Amino acid sequence: MFLIHCPYCDEKRPETEFAHAGEAHIVRPNAAEQSEMTDAQWSEFMFIRDNKRGDSCERWWHVNGCNMFFNAVRNTVTDKFVKTYKMGAKRPSNAQIQKWKEGV
Amino acid sequence: MGEFRRAGRGLINKDNPVHFSFDCKTYQGYEGDTIASALLANGVHLMGRSFKYHRPRGPVGSGFEEPNALVTVTRGKGRMTSNLRATTMEIYSGMEASSQNRWPSLGFDAGAFNNTFSMFFPAGFYNKTFMWPKSFWDKVYEPFIRNMAGLGPAPTEVDADVYGSVYGHCDVLIVGSGPAGLAAAIAAAKKDQSVILVDENAELGGSLNSSPSVVIDGKPASEWRHKTLKALSKASNVTLMARTTAVGYYHDDFVGLSERLTDHLPILEGNQIREKLHRIRAGKVILAQGAIERPLVFDGNDKPGVMLASAAQDYLNVYGVAVGKEAVVFTSHDSAYTAAFELADANIRIAAIVDARIYIPTSLITMASDRGIDVHVGKVLSGTSGKKRVSSAEIYDPTSGAKETIKCDSVLMCGGWTPSLHLWSHSKGSIKWDAETGVYLPDVANENCVSIGASNGDFGFKAALDAGSKIGGGRKTYTVEEPIFGTGEVFSSLPSYKKSSKQKAFVDFQNDVTEKDIKLAVREGFRSIEHVKRYTTNGMATDQGKTSNLNALEIASKALGKEAPQVGLTTFRPPYTPTTFGAFCGYKMDDLFEVTRKTPIDAWAEQQRAVFEPVGVWRRAWYFPKAGEDMHTAVARECKATRDSLGMFDASTLGKIEVVGPDAAKFMNKMYTNPWGSLKVGAARYGLMCREDGYIYDDGVVGRIAEDRFHVTTTTGGAPRVYRHMEDYLQTEFPELDVWLTSTTEHWAVIALNGPNARKLIEPFVEGIDLSPEAFPHMNVREGKIFGLPTRLFRVSFSGELGFEVNVPAQYGKAVWEALYEAGQQYDITPYGTETMHVLRAEKGFIIVGQDTDGTVTPQDAGMSWIVSKKKKDFVGKRSLARPDLTADGRKHLIGLLTEDSNVVLEEGAHIVADPNQPIPMDMLGHVTSSYWSESLGTSVAMALVKDGFKRMDETLYIPMGGGIVHKAKVVKPVFYDPKGERLNVV
Repeated sequence: MFLIHCPYCDEKRPETEFAHAGEAHIVRPNAAEQSEMTDAQWSEFMFIRDNKRGDSCERWWHVNGCNMFFNAVRNTVTDKFVKTYKMGAKRPSNAQIQKWKEGV
Repeated sequence: MGEFRRAGRGLINKDNPVHFSFDCKTYQGYEGDTIASALLANGVHLMGRSFKYHRPRGPVGSGFEEPNALVTVTRGKGRMTSNLRATTMEIYSGMEASSQNRWPSLGFDAGAFNNTFSMFFPAGFYNKTFMWPKSFWDKVYEPFIRNMAGLGPAPTEVDADVYGSVYGHCDVLIVGSGPAGLAAAIAAAKKDQSVILVDENAELGGSLNSSPSVVIDGKPASEWRHKTLKALSKASNVTLMARTTAVGYYHDDFVGLSERLTDHLPILEGNQIREKLHRIRAGKVILAQGAIERPLVFDGNDKPGVMLASAAQDYLNVYGVAVGKEAVVFTSHDSAYTAAFELADANIRIAAIVDARIYIPTSLITMASDRGIDVHVGKVLSGTSGKKRVSSAEIYDPTSGAKETIKCDSVLMCGGWTPSLHLWSHSKGSIKWDAETGVYLPDVANENCVSIGASNGDFGFKAALDAGSKIGGGRKTYTVEEPIFGTGEVFSSLPSYKKSSKQKAFVDFQNDVTEKDIKLAVREGFRSIEHVKRYTTNGMATDQGKTSNLNALEIASKALGKEAPQVGLTTFRPPYTPTTFGAFCGYKMDDLFEVTRKTPIDAWAEQQRAVFEPVGVWRRAWYFPKAGEDMHTAVARECKATRDSLGMFDASTLGKIEVVGPDAAKFMNKMYTNPWGSLKVGAARYGLMCREDGYIYDDGVVGRIAEDRFHVTTTTGGAPRVYRHMEDYLQTEFPELDVWLTSTTEHWAVIALNGPNARKLIEPFVEGIDLSPEAFPHMNVREGKIFGLPTRLFRVSFSGELGFEVNVPAQYGKAVWEALYEAGQQYDITPYGTETMHVLRAEKGFIIVGQDTDGTVTPQDAGMSWIVSKKKKDFVGKRSLARPDLTADGRKHLIGLLTEDSNVVLEEGAHIVADPNQPIPMDMLGHVTSSYWSESLGTSVAMALVKDGFKRMDETLYIPMGGGIVHKAKVVKPVFYDPKGERLNVV
């Protein structure tokens, strides 16, 4: 059972307090964008996910805690969390993820 | 003391004899004996039968790795446990143990005919044989396989035992209490770390208990162990746990420990906890699990009396038991010599040491000849004889071809040592192949964990002690006198003059997998070790291949002509050893199995003898039968009373979310398909919610309490997911909206009053709300008081009758309900349950999300296009609803069905076809979603999802039920009762 760092509580808490909430950094198009999107583009947004092997950005929800959604970089091979960060922060670059991994 | 006991040895208490029975015969052992050690002390080796061939078997090992000696222990009603290892079950006075997988008796087993015809039962036999004809599957093959499957019997009674569950924390968790584990514990304890030391055995000490010739810091191993354990047990920061197995290693150093508390006790008192699962979060984990000796794979290596050399050593040193009178030792590793010498020194004649290797340390040969033991260098055992006990072994010289038969009653084998990687692998630590020793070793850790001693490939006492001390944070090095552990060679295949097909050389003893089975699997095209494992079932028995996996890998990789690491290793998964379901279940049994949510009015319903049904985790009143009523008559009465006069229903389970803030209406506009800006304060509206994919997600009535405040209701089951859905969008997609959400489901008790007399009932008790139809029309909400208590009063109806929903703070729910019930007697007020609620709503064609919709139904499919705003630029689901597939022909539509025979109530879920005479498989148009008997209409009514349903109005469709029964039904609009909605406005 993971210990997950909630960036809002700034604490490591047991996995049972959290729920996984899918891939992160998929921005919902606004009304104007939606109306311009082709069906193919819309289905890309709706249904197509990276399902990356390796470091992957995920959304988590501190449901039995502070109730906040946040993002996390987690490695899908080792299962390890690399870093969690607040909603709204930009998708970290590969270089940034590497730095986090090296503890810089 | 019997002829197989040796005085002055072992940890057993010879002052306390213990009597127990095995297969109804009474035996005597001593306190501290296991079933296996006590039986061996009585000269009994035959303890079980193998799975497939029912071959007679005795113990191969002395601990948790044991594949053969499985027994069933019974101790009263509900306390039967099968597949227990005789080698680890401690005996107690009065214990009743029995052998398994034999009939009529262990000595004569009819199932052994499989053995005689074993040539017909090769690897994959079941896969190959039980193929055709198809009709044989149900009646012949499956019963046959079921009959053959399983070793011990499954319990038929409810488990009478109590199980526990506890969370724990420590700085250092040490698994294994051998020299490495103990040294690590001492060092860590001295550093003021909180330490938990666990060991699966009854006695802590591991190999220290079985090594009388070892001297540590000038003291015999047993004395050093005693002193160390005494010191550790005194230390307040150390917890010692015997009979405790670390069953699984999970993320972030979370380890499950299963502690067995009563299985060894002669008397059980009260509600003693039998087994307790400790969930430990450790700062660091030290794995000192040791190594398991490997059997050698040769013809006849499974006869009772053939066992691991270390097991014989354990039986002698831990239990004071001689495994036989004369033994042949067959080895390819130096360590067996120590075992042989110790046995010889305890008056067990070693008839020969047969060593498959050519190069053997001369010191060992000298020590052997000092004891008068012949060492046969470069020779092998090519067979054994004896039926229920080995009686001789055949020595074969592959160079000259010479054979020699030698009398013996036991054969002690050693094919090297396999470090225990189980927990290391659970933690996803990587492993590396060590070609020199032919084993896998821990490589890179994935958790804060380290493997030391024999489980890390560092054999010998000094290596283990020093590694433990260092890892524990100490600097001490130990002075140790010990026999040479030495080295060995791996023989994936031993030479023999016999054809491979004529040999019964077992790899996996429990599942009867032989060397030739594995070779056959490779010949038949299996390449991956995972596939070889599943095809042959090697390593899939209750011992999970602790003694067989590496031998199977060696044989498979040789047959494939590849190096072992290229063939791979099967995955280790928790639990490490079989663990009772009870331990995982813990306290979560019976009433504690699952949370039962009850409404504030539940106690009243219980008092009234309501019949309840579970709805999600809620317990809801289903119907309120009067004396002599069955469900059908009760529901018919409840329906009629509600439509005629007045019914009351506990709707407290409705999900409720308070949506508040300056942007509340904007947020509602995004979340629901219909518009909210125009909704006046005090008005209520039915809302439909879609997911982003355009499918119906939830529905419910929403009241606008204030400009910036909505009282949202959701379906009973949907409350948590709707709240999540809203929070998700609010936090992540619309963070600019100034809104906050509060789940208020449990804050309000909701009493639904339906029927023409509903207004009359509440009128006298309501303050501050004008209830007249003009001032308080249908679909409105007011705040005021009822019985002097605050209420949010909704005028709303889920029945089609004049209806009110009285929301009061939960703590007043029962009092208000009781007062209304009392006052309602003049109207013959009738409490009703969920079944009547369903009938009433179905008569009106109101949908239940999740029953009439299934996550693939759009508002249009449900006939609810009217509720989807065309003006709103954006709401969740809008863009998806414009996808061509969601508007195409051929979608299933929600329609009503009236059966030709109005007495037939269709089965919910039944399939619908256009032509019942078409060939099978039929073209199915859809299924019945809701179906009830309508007392008010005197006919059954049903709703269904049917392909192109809206275009099929008045069409006749068929519902074939099997057995020649076909129902006929007409497609209608799904509003059966009061289609104009006049009854809502009864004055």
